[in-house]
Amino acid sequence: MQATNISTGQNRLRRALDHASGDKRFKILEVHMKKHQFRQDALIEVLHKAQELFGYLEDDLLLFVAHKLKLPPSRVYGVATFYHFFNLKPQGEHTCVVCLGTACYVKGADKVMNALQDRLKIRPGETTPDGKVSLLTARCIGACGIAPAVTYDGHVAPKQTAEAALEKINQWK
Amino acid sequence: MQLDDLNAIAEKEKAAAKKVCLRTCMSAGCMSSQADVINKNLDAEVKARGLEGEVEVRRVGCMGFCGQGPLVGVDHDDGRHELFEFVKPEDAPAIVNSLKGGPCDVQRGDPQHPFFAKQVKIVRANGGIIDPESIEDYIAAGGYQALHQVLTEMKPAEVIEEITKSGLRGRGGAGYPTGLKWGTVAKSPGGKKYVVCNGDEGDPGAFMDRSVLESDPHLVLEGMAIAAYAVGADQGFLYVRAEYPLAISRLQIAIKQAKQLGLLGGGIFETPFIFNVDIRIGAGAFVCGEETALMASVEGKRGTPRPRPPFPAESGLWGCPTLINNVETFANIAPIIGRGADWYASFGTEKSKGTKVFALTGKITNNGLIEVPMGIPLRQIVEEMGGGAPDGRKIKSVQTGGPSGGCIPADFLDTPVDYESLTKLGSIMGSGGMVVMDDTTNMVEIARFYMEFCMDESCGKCIPCRAGTVQMHHLLEKIAQRKATLRDLIKLEELCDMVKNTSLCGLGQTAPNPVLSTLKFFRKEYEDLLQPDQFGPPGNGQPNPQSAPK
Repeated sequence: MQATNISTGQNRLRRALDHASGDKRFKILEVHMKKHQFRQDALIEVLHKAQELFGYLEDDLLLFVAHKLKLPPSRVYGVATFYHFFNLKPQGEHTCVVCLGTACYVKGADKVMNALQDRLKIRPGETTPDGKVSLLTARCIGACGIAPAVTYDGHVAPKQTAEAALEKINQWK
Repeated sequence: MQLDDLNAIAEKEKAAAKKVCLRTCMSAGCMSSQADVINKNLDAEVKARGLEGEVEVRRVGCMGFCGQGPLVGVDHDDGRHELFEFVKPEDAPAIVNSLKGGPCDVQRGDPQHPFFAKQVKIVRANGGIIDPESIEDYIAAGGYQALHQVLTEMKPAEVIEEITKSGLRGRGGAGYPTGLKWGTVAKSPGGKKYVVCNGDEGDPGAFMDRSVLESDPHLVLEGMAIAAYAVGADQGFLYVRAEYPLAISRLQIAIKQAKQLGLLGGGIFETPFIFNVDIRIGAGAFVCGEETALMASVEGKRGTPRPRPPFPAESGLWGCPTLINNVETFANIAPIIGRGADWYASFGTEKSKGTKVFALTGKITNNGLIEVPMGIPLRQIVEEMGGGAPDGRKIKSVQTGGPSGGCIPADFLDTPVDYESLTKLGSIMGSGGMVVMDDTTNMVEIARFYMEFCMDESCGKCIPCRAGTVQMHHLLEKIAQRKATLRDLIKLEELCDMVKNTSLCGLGQTAPNPVLSTLKFFRKEYEDLLQPDQFGPPGNGQPNPQSAPK
């Protein structure tokens, strides 16, 4: 009967904290927050660390961060959704980020992008149904001297063509 | 740490110099083509031949010729310089062979090429020369001398006076006089003040700041420390894009090294001056390059701009006076102090002093970074240094200033590159991105591309930008797909005007610029795509007179 007296929000928080208690990654995250003295203005740094540990930011994780930094969950969620760098959905095993900055664009990044879309049958921002590959776009990774650039699993590859990109993807499949 | 200690480090470093130096570029561009493996192989090769005594293998920052990377430079003991281009890891033995006059078929670059010869290096003087991860290298190149000079010989007001005299203007693009900004922060009442370095280089097609941070991080730190002393701040923040992991790691190393030597932290050079720097990592929002949005982001909030005034100089981070300058602005400070304002002011034009770093990209033969004196004609940059468009194509236009800038048609290539001249043409200096387009480029498509960018990056706080960019993008798509009529074009021009004049921050106010400038110079490309209107011509049948080419 007691549960009915507690609002759903608190219920969710309790669930999130239960979830956190058995997972070592939450401990690591907490140590990181401690390093920032649990300061509220370090929220973005903390979310960077959280994404590094978990790969993406699930709701329970955001609730945990909000609770530890004593911030309203709305603010943490608001920040996580504002910045492009944070993913709220799980990512594929491999990520392929096509740079669509101006220099890459005038040198044919759109052709690379189209070839990848046709091959993977997903749109930018999506992950293949088998969870293998996530196709993402970047606005400019500052590698304009070697345009068009594509980042495969964090490694920047210079002067990409549609063929080169497909060859790389085929290795993953 | 005192001046003697600083000089001792420099002397020790110079004494350890070897006869020959093999420099491998370790910037993000060359690193993507296995520069680190090349460096390892060169090192192993030198050791295998027992040449460690006379040959140094050094990891350096950006040499600028990114399109020809990976690059390896050789400094011989007789003062000759060589440059190897498109180096592969397996080329290491041949390069080491060539030191002794052996055969070597690796492609050689020409260090006397106009691309290098026409440059004047102030900000990038150490780029490609020193190891960015070694503070000793920086000190040997004269680093931290300027900081010592201001702390021990100058009053804060004198520092500001010197910067004002140099005529330095904000290198983030707007060109606000740096000395004036510093003066405002220094005069603002309040105990706590902050210095912020804006390294959120979001313009697509620009990578000058990345290169400076990766190649010479201490130069930026020293500039920030001098600024902090001048305005009376004791805490600095370096805001860097998350897309630049290499720059972030090198800055972390640089801050740690500077702290160890007592060049950051408390009691710098045994004076009462205290200065600490924290890195703040962005999270992928273009709007955070706008100073009020950047401050919100540093405070860990959503990066949305707020109306100005109050300007950050009066009320910035946590309501305290805050000085915000761009990376390249800070990188200019130590050279100005070290060599004097008059020396600096001898470069450039009457109103735009000094040099500017540009990222020369797009349909151009020589891709890379250049630092040139202000006022250099655009033609010199594009044709002599850049070598024109590849494949015998003709250059159609040069885009400067990113999504806030405009396209300068080839007819205006003789324009001098300075703040006023570019503004007159409906473009802006911007942060320094220069994207060259050849005659195969469709200008309507380029305008659409930039509008899509602004639409995605609009933060959504103010309606003109949030809704206007979507509508403008829709109209541009309609035009590009040949589904639009003259009515749509008129509507587009009206929207441009509205968004430009009613948006809250620079992103919205400048979002229509690429459209307006392509309409001004390449109107025919738009008109060729229009369809006849089934309801007869709109209005008086005349296009909007405001946008007719002057």
